[in-house]
Amino acid sequence: MIDLTVIWAVIIAVAVAMYVLMDGFDLGIGILFPGFRVGKERDQAMNAIAPVWDGNETWLVLGGGGLLAAFPLAYAIILPALYAPLIAMLLGLVFRGVAFEFRWRDPAHRRYWDAAFCLGSLVATFAQGITLGALLQGITIEGRAYAGSWWEWLSGFSLLTGFALVVAYALLGAAWLIWKTEGQLHDDARRYATWLLPAFLLVVGAVSLATPFLEEQYHQRWFQWPGLLVTAIMPLLFGGIALTAWEGIRRGRDWLPFAAALGLFALTLIGLGISIWPDVIPGRVTIWEAAAPYSSQLFMLVGAAVLVPVILAYTAWAYWVFRGKVGEEGYH
Amino acid sequence: MTDAETALLLARLQFAFTVSFHFIFPAFSIGLASYLAVLEGLWLKTGKDAYLNLFRYWLKIFAVTFAMGVVSGIVMSYQFGTNWSVFSDRAGPVIGPLMAYEVLTAFFLEAGFLGVMLFGMNRVGRGLHFTATLMVAIGTAISAFWILSVNSWMQTPVGWAYNEVGQFVPAGSWLDIIFNPSFPYRLVHTVIAAYLTTALVVGGVGAWHLLGRRDTPEVRKMFSMAMWMLALVAPVQVFVGDLHGLNTLEHQPAKVMAMEGHYQSHPDGAPLILFGIPDSDAQTMRWSVEIPKLSSLILKHDLNAPLAGLDTVPREDQPPVGIVFWSFRIMVGMGVLMLTLGLVSLLARTRRKLYDWRWLHRFALVMGPAGFVAVIAGWVTTEVGRQPWVIYGLLRTADAVSPIATPAVTGSLIAFVIVYFTCFAAGTWYILKLMSHAPAEGESDVEKEGPIRTAGITPAPSVER
Ligand code: HDD
Ligand code: HEM
Ligand code: HEM
Repeated sequence: MIDLTVIWAVIIAVAVAMYVLMDGFDLGIGILFPGFRVGKERDQAMNAIAPVWDGNETWLVLGGGGLLAAFPLAYAIILPALYAPLIAMLLGLVFRGVAFEFRWRDPAHRRYWDAAFCLGSLVATFAQGITLGALLQGITIEGRAYAGSWWEWLSGFSLLTGFALVVAYALLGAAWLIWKTEGQLHDDARRYATWLLPAFLLVVGAVSLATPFLEEQYHQRWFQWPGLLVTAIMPLLFGGIALTAWEGIRRGRDWLPFAAALGLFALTLIGLGISIWPDVIPGRVTIWEAAAPYSSQLFMLVGAAVLVPVILAYTAWAYWVFRGKVGEEGYH
Repeated sequence: MTDAETALLLARLQFAFTVSFHFIFPAFSIGLASYLAVLEGLWLKTGKDAYLNLFRYWLKIFAVTFAMGVVSGIVMSYQFGTNWSVFSDRAGPVIGPLMAYEVLTAFFLEAGFLGVMLFGMNRVGRGLHFTATLMVAIGTAISAFWILSVNSWMQTPVGWAYNEVGQFVPAGSWLDIIFNPSFPYRLVHTVIAAYLTTALVVGGVGAWHLLGRRDTPEVRKMFSMAMWMLALVAPVQVFVGDLHGLNTLEHQPAKVMAMEGHYQSHPDGAPLILFGIPDSDAQTMRWSVEIPKLSSLILKHDLNAPLAGLDTVPREDQPPVGIVFWSFRIMVGMGVLMLTLGLVSLLARTRRKLYDWRWLHRFALVMGPAGFVAVIAGWVTTEVGRQPWVIYGLLRTADAVSPIATPAVTGSLIAFVIVYFTCFAAGTWYILKLMSHAPAEGESDVEKEGPIRTAGITPAPSVER
């Protein structure tokens, strides 16, 4: 019998990765928003993501819903453990989601909706980063339930990952703008990216250095054979792509920085996978312990096998229809 | 109250608050999506501009409503875990897959075609555009299908077994789980409710413009369409509601006892209590106004049939009677008013006075929000009537809650209240502003109004013209 649990772990990991990559750049633009001039420049930045943000966010719903369905125990432990940051994230998403609509509907108060857009994006991103950090540092469990206090998530490490994700999304956002826009906004995005790339390397370095010391398991993974091999190769790959990104930002083709940034993200996510596999709650609960019964997994897999390719197809089509640059006058 | 009880109460309040707010938007957008499909279909068929103008008019309102539905919905999908983690752990294997299907079949479909629907009129052919509108309408209906299946399974759980750690796991066929005993009734009743809610809003806006003497052909058309909907569908809803009640009597008798306010059993013919003040401490109905034997007639189709009361149910298994009794009456009252409005409009039509009777227009105007009142009251009846169980007869609400400290729940509840009231009040204001001008000749496109980019994967021209 094929192990459906592994398949589901991969599907959910992919959904979360899709979410991080896709919503990452539009949250990032929200974070950079105050850095753009009021008027045409902001409108253009908004237009570069307005068409795609909701589709991007649907991956978050799939990640959450999929976790409940395939790994109910993990869902039931993680969500209460991260209560405060998750609620903050949801409220942030409400603010920025409605701001997309409302800023056009109400020019008199556009300033406020722009602020809501930026703040909402910032809070949502920071909270997601904290979530990651809190999961990595380990949560207290008794029996089948979370047993820590409601601020257990708060630590120096989780604040660091929160901050790191803000920088990371901002970099993705700037890279997206370099690709999709022109004129003043394009130049500004390039300028921001030259700062954001080194900052990104710095924070990812800091998180990577801190992680192996959180749990014995991570330490073993990275500093014992055969993990050591990966440990040696990872920084090389990372450095190579980072150099490409730098070249792309300085001159190079407009699409290059975004592609390279995606590459950096992918590597980071793979590194994360190496640390925690095969746990769904790092260091605590494995995917098999948390798995839903075979019949639940099978029933969903039938649907996912048919529907996910269809969804990917029309998502790709949507991006294709609106390829090219968003000028000050919109897509052309 | 102990600390745990306070935390439980706050968690319940928070869930009730967020889900009620969420449901307001789908209640309108499910109906509106279908209405838009009808309008566009009629336009393609007849070529009359009035339909196109109406389509464009309601499309702008739909865009804003839909956005609010989406953001409040994303909150809901996390509420199960943050606040009801024991429930999630134990019921996840059964309800999780149903909700995952909702994401895969409904949410992505809606997001995928909404962009074309909103902004694609001039980019894709008419046929393709109409397809997009249909897809969005179908998507909203599919969404209702899955989430109501989940909710109905919690009301009438079947097709499950316990596993060794006490989770509910599917046993037997998934079809039994999806089409559990209360689901067909709940689906039909709720979807009709969404159509009525939309008809009342459309009718209310039409009436407002008729009263203000802005009676363009578009205004007349939409008022007339809304009144047809009410006249035809409100009676069906009352009928379906009756069937729904009979089904509930079979599966959740205590809920019906609370709705009817029957504390005592009636061995030979139970009265219909019209009004009264339920007193659960004394287990009696004070100041009640009753019609003898009518309740037995409605529920058993026999004047003298015996009906059991709450005296047959242990105190700890009784739902809160006061809330259920009143919310049920509010819903039924709204239903009767809708029926009346539909009938009056028929009368006006036969007299050829549909656009002239000003008191009819005033009636329709005040009934504009009645659908929202009825659906919320209906849901309160359903959910509070299920208490003290989350999964009826199997898992108590008090045992389903997350291990979350009181200050955390208090803080999040306050935050939700503040954020929802500011954001959604603003949204409602923008919708009212859109409604305040009458649809007319040459109604502008969504894109002409500046890019209101809602939901939707598919991008659009991004110019503020
Ligand atoms: C426009 C909205 C609307 C109107 C006019 C009515 N209802 Fe309703 N009702 C709903 C909208 C609704 C709802 C929001 O859709 C509910 C909540 C859950 C559900 O299944 O449907 C509901 C629930 C609900 C229930 C609870 C079922 C259960 O929980 O097991 C009963 C017994 C009825 N309805 C009966 C009626 C009757 C006899 C009506 C006659 C006037 C009526 N409803 C009018
Ligand atoms: C269809 C999907 C729905 C599901 C799966 C669902 C599930 C739940 C759950 C898990 C609870 C918590 C237990 C409790 O506090 O009683 C609850 C309570 C509640 N729900 Fe629902 N619900 C759904 C829809 C709705 C809707 C649309 C409304 C209202 C518009 C609603 C109104 C309420 C209320 C008022 C409570 C509080 C009851 C009480 O505390 O006494 N529900 N529901
Ligand atoms: C507790 C129960 C519920 C949960 C967890 C939930 C979840 C969600 C989520 C996550 C979304 C956003 C989808 C997106 O990203 O595009 C959404 C939207 C939607 N939901 Fe719910 N929902 C609940 C109750 C209901 C009920 C009872 C109905 C209808 C009968 C409903 C109908 C819809 C519809 C039609 C949409 C599309 C947006 C709109 O029309 O405004 N939902 N829901």
